Amino acid sequence: MRPGEPLLDVAWIADHLDDIAFRLGQHVLIAVIAVAVGLAISMALALWARRAPWLRGPVTGIAGVLYTIPSLALFAALLPFTGLTLLTAEIPLVLYTLLILFRNIMAGFDGVPADVAEAADGMGYRSAERLLQIELPLAVPLIIAGVRLASVSTIGLVMIVSLLGKNLGGLGVFITEGIQTFFATKVYVGAALSVALAIAIDLLLVWLERRATPWSRARAARAVAAD
Amino acid sequence: MDVLTATLAWLLDPIHWSGPDGIPTRIAEHLAISIVSLAAAGLVALPVGAIIGHTGRGGTLAVNLANLGRAVPSYAVLVIVLPPALQLAPTLGYEPSLGLSEIPTFTAMFLLAIPPILVNTYGGLREVDRDLVEAARGMGMRERQILFRLEAPLAMPVIVGGIRTSAVQVVATATLGAVVAYGGLGRYIVDGIARNENDRLFAGVVLVAGLALAAEGLLALVQRLLSPRGLPSAGEHAFRNLAEVPAPPAFLP
Repeated sequence: MRPGEPLLDVAWIADHLDDIAFRLGQHVLIAVIAVAVGLAISMALALWARRAPWLRGPVTGIAGVLYTIPSLALFAALLPFTGLTLLTAEIPLVLYTLLILFRNIMAGFDGVPADVAEAADGMGYRSAERLLQIELPLAVPLIIAGVRLASVSTIGLVMIVSLLGKNLGGLGVFITEGIQTFFATKVYVGAALSVALAIAIDLLLVWLERRATPWSRARAARAVAAD
Repeated sequence: MDVLTATLAWLLDPIHWSGPDGIPTRIAEHLAISIVSLAAAGLVALPVGAIIGHTGRGGTLAVNLANLGRAVPSYAVLVIVLPPALQLAPTLGYEPSLGLSEIPTFTAMFLLAIPPILVNTYGGLREVDRDLVEAARGMGMRERQILFRLEAPLAMPVIVGGIRTSAVQVVATATLGAVVAYGGLGRYIVDGIARNENDRLFAGVVLVAGLALAAEGLLALVQRLLSPRGLPSAGEHAFRNLAEVPAPPAFLP
């Protein structure tokens, strides 16, 4: 951006590896907390909505409205109340995960075949056992699909926090500082690492899903064999 | 409740309703970049989605690319495009200010808008009952007729659902344009933070959220109007691509 400046200043990167590692760790930590809390809340809401089906519409509606509010606006709206604290970062991040996670958990439960649930009842499973041993495992692929979407979008949103202040923006801090000081290397480091992080987390969750649902791989293998 | 009163006073002040930093100008800028990016994304994603959806070929690749695209944060796109857009200005002969704000903002919004439209157009067409398509073929309809008269109308709620998701995301995210000196309603938020003016900041928050919710409501209505009668109601298709299973990347074992 400065005239004559190399697009990538390798010496700067070598000098700031500590800083880069710190921001990367911060980014992951903030995102993981948000998705974990969001998953816990969504799961609780989904379990409740299974017993009280009327709840589903309002929860989806409210989560949908929250999801529509621009992230910069929601972060900024909290600033005067919670200041530049972890809470200001986490509250909007958690709220944004709710729509995706709640919908996918509900879709996962919906996808459990009725005869499977009935068979479980017939075999004498109690309600809680049926949930934990039958329904939840069958819902895992859709739940993890939701966690993938939520994680990837959260990683993108953490960067926006850097526009409020520089203590909590993770890799976004490099970008924001890079723009403000017209230093392209910082911008590229922040941007490239955040993209790589999002893709890496996505792949990790795909791997986790395969580990968690060995039967789907067996089924796929059978399908191939049947061809 | 100081903040609320101050924000309301700021919003009602006639000074803020005229001039280059006035609310009407900022809303117009915000809508301009959103509509242009969305239209450009539609021009790319609708035909591509229609072709792969109709033929069924290349679908996995397209869905995987779209999912990969979703992983790329808009803020990153914005700033990756900025330096080259600025440097290419003298060579390509456009105003450097375009390279500083309009081009990065447009590129980020364009890329943000493609995945939902592409995935939903493809998915909507694939969901059309294959027996109907076979019947149409048997009745002597040409491929083009099958696409436009059978598949497209039946897939319309899903396709519009994708456009709706894209539109709402673009209107919400265009706020970031203010970071790279584009106007739009994000200006009030970014300036409000920089100048430590809470009334300006909150006015921006209210306006941006209002605009995004208005876009969502309007497109939900459009979706309902464009759904053929006899199909499930449009509401069931809202945000549907969010509940979709992202296909695992093709290169994984």
